[in-house]
Amino acid sequence: MEEFDGEPTVTWIPGLNSQKKQMCFDWGPGEMLVCETSFNKKGKSEMVAGCPFIHIIRKDIDVYSKILRKLFNESHGIFVGLQRIEEELTGKSRKAQLVRVSKNYRSVIRACMEEMHQFAVADKDSASGRQFSSQVSILSAMELIWNLCEILFIEVAPAGPLLLYLLDWVRLHVCEVDTLSADVLGSENPSKHESFWNLVTTLVLQGRLDEARQMLSKEADTNPTSAGMCRVLGDLMRTMPVLSPGNTQTLTELELRWQHWHEECERHLQDGTFASDPRLESLCKVLLGDDAALLEQKELLSNWYHFLVARLLYSQPTVKPMDLHLYAQSSLDLFLGGESSPEPLDNILMAAFEFDIHQVIKECSIALSNWWFVAHLTDLLDHCKLLQSHNLYFGSNMREFLLLEYASGLFAHHSLWQLGVDYCDHCPELGRVSLELHIERIPLTTEQKALKVLRVCEQRQMTEQVRSICKILAMKAVRNNRLGSALSWSIRAKDAAFATLVSDRFLRDYCERGCFSDLDLIDNLGPAMMLSDRLTFLGKYREFHRLYGEKRFVDAASLLLSLMTSQIAPRSFWMTLLTDALPLLEQKQVIFSAEQTYELLRCLEDLTSGRPLCAEPDAQQLQEDDIETTKVEMLRLALARNLARSIIKEGSLEGS
Amino acid sequence: MEEIYAKFVSQKISKTRWRPLPPGSLQTAETFATGSWDNEENYVSLWSIGDFGNLDSDGGFEGDHQLLCGIKHHGDVMDLQFFDQERIVAASSTGCVTIFLHHPNNRTLSVSQQWTAAHYHTGPGSPSCSNAPCTGVVCNSPEIVTVGEDGRINLFRADHKEAVRTIDNADSSTLHAVTFLRTPEILTVNSIGQLKIWDFRQQGNEPTQILSLTGDRVPLHCVDRHPNQQHVVATGGQDGMLSIWDVRQGTMPVSLLKAHEAEMWEVHFHPSNPDHLFTCSEDGSLWHWDASTDGPEKSLLFHQGGRNSTFLSHSISNQANVHQSLISSWLSTDPAKDRIEITSLLPNRTLSVNSLDVLGPCLVCGTDAEAIYVTRQLFS
Repeated sequence: MEEFDGEPTVTWIPGLNSQKKQMCFDWGPGEMLVCETSFNKKGKSEMVAGCPFIHIIRKDIDVYSKILRKLFNESHGIFVGLQRIEEELTGKSRKAQLVRVSKNYRSVIRACMEEMHQFAVADKDSASGRQFSSQVSILSAMELIWNLCEILFIEVAPAGPLLLYLLDWVRLHVCEVDTLSADVLGSENPSKHESFWNLVTTLVLQGRLDEARQMLSKEADTNPTSAGMCRVLGDLMRTMPVLSPGNTQTLTELELRWQHWHEECERHLQDGTFASDPRLESLCKVLLGDDAALLEQKELLSNWYHFLVARLLYSQPTVKPMDLHLYAQSSLDLFLGGESSPEPLDNILMAAFEFDIHQVIKECSIALSNWWFVAHLTDLLDHCKLLQSHNLYFGSNMREFLLLEYASGLFAHHSLWQLGVDYCDHCPELGRVSLELHIERIPLTTEQKALKVLRVCEQRQMTEQVRSICKILAMKAVRNNRLGSALSWSIRAKDAAFATLVSDRFLRDYCERGCFSDLDLIDNLGPAMMLSDRLTFLGKYREFHRLYGEKRFVDAASLLLSLMTSQIAPRSFWMTLLTDALPLLEQKQVIFSAEQTYELLRCLEDLTSGRPLCAEPDAQQLQEDDIETTKVEMLRLALARNLARSIIKEGSLEGS
Repeated sequence: MEEIYAKFVSQKISKTRWRPLPPGSLQTAETFATGSWDNEENYVSLWSIGDFGNLDSDGGFEGDHQLLCGIKHHGDVMDLQFFDQERIVAASSTGCVTIFLHHPNNRTLSVSQQWTAAHYHTGPGSPSCSNAPCTGVVCNSPEIVTVGEDGRINLFRADHKEAVRTIDNADSSTLHAVTFLRTPEILTVNSIGQLKIWDFRQQGNEPTQILSLTGDRVPLHCVDRHPNQQHVVATGGQDGMLSIWDVRQGTMPVSLLKAHEAEMWEVHFHPSNPDHLFTCSEDGSLWHWDASTDGPEKSLLFHQGGRNSTFLSHSISNQANVHQSLISSWLSTDPAKDRIEITSLLPNRTLSVNSLDVLGPCLVCGTDAEAIYVTRQLFS
């Protein structure tokens, strides 16, 4: 049985009728839940029977943020690019690529965060401003987590460089020091600035020793009594062995040199070199990695992971990745000191330090308000081949599950559906089915939009969806009296039944008006004419009219006859065709041969003999019958005369 | 083509247009208009690529475009054209045609004139008509011509409240785009692969000429006329093919060039350098076609991606009767002689590139990935 990982959030529905003792809700289109309510936004409280309004609850509301849209669009490009770097790359170059992708994702988060920050500053006091600043802190937490994951899981930094990466990580996210530094250095007398020592300490805590030394030299210049001590401490900072990226020294060498340096610091402290200046002495203690001295700077450290990194820098510079979680746990415990309990962010970072990827993703899914983060991070980690063994008891695997969850949020959005398509494409198991279900639900407001949806379907050979979209458009066109358009759509869908229906409408219109509409289309049907019998008939019948118009009577006559004898023409239309034959029969020269005239006669007899007799003919029926009988009589007469003329003509021709 | 700037704008861009320069001006383009589509709220916006005094010296910002002003637009912006320096005509999916006026002083846009329900359907039996999207608009001051899904052609004048001329049922299928050929003649393309030429001097609703692609009736989505040689017309189709037509002769295209892999949404001759042509497509690509014959050893080349573009030429006529010097480089039909260099302008494929516009050395395009790309060094 599954367990809940936390309390479900409660959403209040205003104006719910609790007397009814029932709450009706249902899944609406997309990712929304709709509930009946009598709540009226306009404030009028009319009592109406039943519930006249519905309340819509949307999941994943971050999709609707205007600024986050940039994040979605830009990261979509990165995502698609990531799916393309595939197998051919191995080893180092692949890792470099993946790290670059990860950095790209982070820079997009940062850009978004900065813009959001500007908005938050711009209207500080309003509710939307507060919302912006809460978004900023969420984005900044996302970047913090992503960056740590990048160091631990993608970069897979070994002992030594690991600490350098962690230092960068802390420097990037605890950046108040830069503004402080600018503030202090900008003042008239930096060393007398009230935050001067805070600045020096923070620089030391972040391992920015060169800058700290420069600060100390400023102090030495203005304060001759402590100049000596500052120089000694500065020398200690300068001589601290650090791993530099281009250096070839081994870890053991480093450890040895570091040990020597550590002992020297220790000696200075024992000798009381800094005894006269408590500030310098506490700095020296920091250099020794003394827990108590570090914890004294709690205010400056601001959070436990900064404490962790400072502690590692001055006590375990060559910490191994596997030991990281021990230090992390003790740092967290020391820093919180039992006063407060860890927050979700702390738990996520701790899980990362423990190298428990699944825990990281799980905690993030619970804590963050959107699927963007977990979906993209999981996908990236999957490309690092870190998630393969893990299967879920629902869906196919975690990567796919999260990507599809994110994609369905995009499909629920009014305009972001195009992004969702690519996410579905890269989910091998359930992506296709999911896309099929979503794509059918996109409202087709204009033909242009429909064409875009159609292109998506056609590229993926989704024939069923192509048919249904074309049919919707054809239906719409019929409703709007645009028969030409309707016919083109049904030809595109290869929908024979609908083409027949539209052709019938054309023929009916012709019978009513006596002329064809939309000739530009019908005259240019080409091979598409073969789609349905009725369409073929429509095209051929129009051809007959054209031949007749061009006075090519013989061709027209044989075409007309073949339409009936080949059974292409529907029975109901035969009388019209025979009537069309009348003027041809009445021409001066003989057009129908005797043979053809016999055929025409047979058609006419077929038509008249097959007619059922009405039991109780009413007045109108009688009148119609009357017209019908006159027509038949006229036809018979014309046919008989033509037969006579053709026999004479053929006979005389043979005779001569 | 090194410097191409992208900016994400949180709305899908359907149209981008440069503001025309005042005649005789030596400046380069610096203001363009965009229209959005498929958003819950759509906008017509004006942007500037000019340098702003208040920007910091951060080099990356220099070419970036800044929003000047915007106004809400009802429905998708289906087409957008500058009427003159200050006025923009927008075609809406609601069938409405609007002229927006730009007030440069207080940086606002306002509605200056509107023809609601310029395009509409008449349903069977029901007297109420439903609106039909207006798909294309073209301006030639003071005239504005619009076409729509209802197959209707409207001729408006900026100072007239009512349409000056309407051709109902001009086309049995959807009209996708329109351009002026020579006043008062216009040219439309439709969704069954036909080009139709209309003359407003003639009464009735019949075109003076119909040209069509043979066979498959591939829909045509865009059309542009050669700026100097008015008989040369380029169209782009649903299959991504670029067709060059000579409307004086034949009913078939002079040449068919295999281009994009999906719908070609727009094609534009360079207004002052018409040996250059630009196309963009649903497949997310933006191409620059260079048919100038000044390069000594240019052959049909495609620079990026290595995809060969095949040249399918229909030798309809050898044009022996036409003066050699007058032949446009686009009309020479001998494939061996033809030298067209094609360059892909966007760094990596994105979602559909819906629109582009060129003016002088500047190009702007807008995509469904909600980004606007601008370059100011087309021929560097």
